[in-house]
Amino acid sequence: MQTIISVSGLSKTYDSRFQALKCIDLDIRRGEIFALLGPNGAGKTTLISIICGIVKASEGKVRVDGHDIVTDYRAARAMIGLVPQELTTDAFESVWATVSFSRGLFGKPANPEYIEKVLRDLSLWEKKDNKIITLSGGMKRRLLIAKALSHEPEILFLDEPTAGVDVNLRRDMWQLVRSLQASGVTIILTTHYIDEAEEMADRIGVISKGEIILVDDKAELMRKLGKKQMTLHLQSPLEHIPPALAAYQLELASDGNELIYTFDAQRERTGIVALLKGLNDAAIVFKDLHTTQSSLEDIFVSLVKEEK
Amino acid sequence: MNWHAMRAIYLFEMARTRRTLLQSVISPVISTSLYFVVFGAAIGSRIDEVEGISYGAFIVPGLIMLSLLTQSVANASFGIYFPKFTGTIYELLSAPVSYIEIAAAYVGAAASKSIILGLIILATAGLFVPLQVAHPVWMLLFLVLTAVTFSLFGFIIGIWADNFEKLQLVPLLIITPLTFLGGSFYSINMLPPVWQTITLFNPVVYLVSGFRWSFYGVADVAVGISLFMTLSFLAVFLAVVAWIFKTGYRLKT
Repeated sequence: MQTIISVSGLSKTYDSRFQALKCIDLDIRRGEIFALLGPNGAGKTTLISIICGIVKASEGKVRVDGHDIVTDYRAARAMIGLVPQELTTDAFESVWATVSFSRGLFGKPANPEYIEKVLRDLSLWEKKDNKIITLSGGMKRRLLIAKALSHEPEILFLDEPTAGVDVNLRRDMWQLVRSLQASGVTIILTTHYIDEAEEMADRIGVISKGEIILVDDKAELMRKLGKKQMTLHLQSPLEHIPPALAAYQLELASDGNELIYTFDAQRERTGIVALLKGLNDAAIVFKDLHTTQSSLEDIFVSLVKEEK
Repeated sequence: MNWHAMRAIYLFEMARTRRTLLQSVISPVISTSLYFVVFGAAIGSRIDEVEGISYGAFIVPGLIMLSLLTQSVANASFGIYFPKFTGTIYELLSAPVSYIEIAAAYVGAAASKSIILGLIILATAGLFVPLQVAHPVWMLLFLVLTAVTFSLFGFIIGIWADNFEKLQLVPLLIITPLTFLGGSFYSINMLPPVWQTITLFNPVVYLVSGFRWSFYGVADVAVGISLFMTLSFLAVFLAVVAWIFKTGYRLKT
């Protein structure tokens, strides 16, 4: 797949000597939804800000569709739309005026039909003549997206798009991102909501303390790191696990009514068949069983813990 | 050149002026009119002519300069400070615009406003005192140059300021005193010799003197020197703006 953004050897040390990024290498593929996942202060926003031209890199290079972001910043920035994390808007301008302003700022001639389409897609058309200050938080968030889309960017950065957004709006936002992807826009979103990354992303990068500690396809990541658990609901409670089954490292839960077996889903032999046979031999009867797969959240927590 | 961006910024700033018409245009006109009433009519009628010009007419160029300087600085500094304050500057920094384009658009808008204001005050003054403009082209030249120069100065202040207090500090503590002491209301020939020399270190003297010359053909310093000094200030402020953008001072971390 074609690379649209290429980050190499990128470091950032702020004047306060805080090193926000440590030699980041990252490629974003054309047309994908890439989720940058990490705890607060991991460097997500710094990375985005450098690519978008708001923060200067200390070292390293970034190319956007082959254009260096420093020497060829006009071509690079014209391709990018940025939705910032904070709801930073003007106050007294109308919705229409501020979105049209953004389009002009990014060097595009006025195109009222396109602006109308963007506002309609974001359910802001009815509010087009309203002053920004009268909008609700969710509307302001959508307004920022409208501004970012006003110049028809090929790449969209969404910095924590659903922070402080209610459940319905969150669903709408995800829907919107998918339709943008379908129209060919490459999307990079940062989030610390794992379910968001899990729901949306094609690939996931995990950043912690200024370092990218992992980049992988979402499915691959889940497969690689995913632990599965099998829970057996027993017919009658068990006081202790029979010594014959010690090798399986089983856990007792719910006052002995449940047996939990944790296994690695990608291993060839999961041991389930042997375990069930062993239970049979030990005359332990179960009435039901189910398996669960660890979520990205579990994976993420274990990754960040390892880092420490 | 990203003309669309410059146009967008310019129109955005001019729209802000229209929204705040009362504050940006009407209030300076009213305060200038008060000066005319007090100094021109009430006190001025008891003052002899200055250099052959009635006192009321004599102070007109100085009063226009006073408004031009304070309004250029105020407009331009606020125009660039406000996006920094609200955070909307992110958009400006991430847009495919060069710093020169940003500065040109903001300074151009601020200068346009103060030029319009200066002309309105000139027209208002015409209602109070008989006016003559001996050198209209020079008058416009000084008007435009001063507006651009001090809008650049305001732009610099707006970038430097990191709170509202600093934004007010320079106009209040530097611009206003220098204008009052720069011969807006008197000819520096009226001062004792020592003070005449000291006054020559006040940059506003050259602006007011040149501007007054374009009206009445009389000046405290030669008009060539006035023009040279105005262009020098312009050059200094341009250099500072160039440095700010080169280093990203107070704009980029």
